[in-house]
Amino acid sequence: MSENTNKPKKEELFSAKNRKLLSNPMGKDNPITVQVLGICSVLAVTVQLRPSLVMALSVAAVMGVSNVVISLLRNTIPQRIRIIVQLTVIASMVILVDQVLKAFFYDISRQLSVFVGLIITNCIIMGRLEAFALSNKPWPSFLDGVGNAAGYGAVLLTVAFFRELLGSGTLFGYQIVPNFIYDMGYVNNGFMILPPMALITVGIIIWVQRHRNPELVDAS
Amino acid sequence: MSNRYIFIYASVMVIIVALVLSSAAMILRPLQERNMRIEKMQNILASINVTASRGEAEQKFSQYIVETKVINTRGEEIQGDAFEVDLQEENRKAPEDRMLPLFVSEVDGNTYYIVPLRGTGLWGAIWGYLSLDSDLATIVGANFDHASETPGLGAEISESFFQDQFKNKRIFDEAGNFTPVRVVKGGAPAGDPHSVDAISGGTITSNGVSNMLREGLEVYVPYFKNLK
Repeated sequence: MSENTNKPKKEELFSAKNRKLLSNPMGKDNPITVQVLGICSVLAVTVQLRPSLVMALSVAAVMGVSNVVISLLRNTIPQRIRIIVQLTVIASMVILVDQVLKAFFYDISRQLSVFVGLIITNCIIMGRLEAFALSNKPWPSFLDGVGNAAGYGAVLLTVAFFRELLGSGTLFGYQIVPNFIYDMGYVNNGFMILPPMALITVGIIIWVQRHRNPELVDAS
Repeated sequence: MSNRYIFIYASVMVIIVALVLSSAAMILRPLQERNMRIEKMQNILASINVTASRGEAEQKFSQYIVETKVINTRGEEIQGDAFEVDLQEENRKAPEDRMLPLFVSEVDGNTYYIVPLRGTGLWGAIWGYLSLDSDLATIVGANFDHASETPGLGAEISESFFQDQFKNKRIFDEAGNFTPVRVVKGGAPAGDPHSVDAISGGTITSNGVSNMLREGLEVYVPYFKNLK
């Protein structure tokens, strides 16, 4: 711990570097649109906004806490079993989230069904533990986890917004498209409810993002 | 790092995780069980076409369900709490030892009999409630649910377009012989009171529903014959 004394002074909680940890995943480091991770759950839970929001919050809880736990343990974890240690931490967090949902948000837990369990396989979480938490202090790790979860959640909610609006004419279960438009012959697009449209919506988001930010475009 | 350290590290971690998870499960268990009871009430009410939100379920259940019975396969009433009977466990027993729950409900002056059912789909358990009119042959409503059928295919059995098909179908033919409703692949013949359309791409789940209806209702037949 001798290097600590060499440090000039304690870093601020929200220094420019720490703020970047939160904001980068929302933009040029977005786990879904740039790194293309965690696509599976984007297809599955984005038919409506409500389950998407709960999914995003669940992932944020799992990612934030497991990043902190791994970061606290980072100097004790034996190199050879680090992946299993990470998995154990993620899996326990997911089971906890699942139990809490079953106790307090039963309907939503029925709707999310297997996908809560599948948070374990969400590669974003494992990726952040391996790439960030194992070599950084708890507070930056926490910000990194929450930031990536927010980036994931933002895409999830955007996709769900369009799918619920165009597919069911509702938002958060409340009817948005007024009845007179239906009377004029408008019908909900049933195609939006099917998983392929999630993929196409994500594709459009990626397109828009790359159009606005040319540095993301692959030069090759 | 030595192997010894790795072993100790892994063991300590597993013990801590086990403690945290099992205490969370114990603390949350009562709340989860209550949610499951409410869901069961909602499903039973749905089979007599009464919709109840989570908040109203308990009150509506005691309002509409006037009597609960436990019977056996010889058609006799026996002691027991119908709501607490675990069909999964009963289905493992020999038919003559089974406890069969039956709910009697009254809606707008009509008496309906609700039979709980349980069977297997493609990936896991499927279950449901079937309500019969006072003639004990005509179906008033059906409600199905499942543990892990494929979304968009087998899981469609819990959708109303599938369940509504069962209304006004019959489980006894003209001569009074037991003829359960079958779920027919390729479409049920028009006007057939003993079959409904299967779900495209969900054949095994559909067959599971057929089997569940046959096996689940068969055991109630002696009791129904006594009642008539």
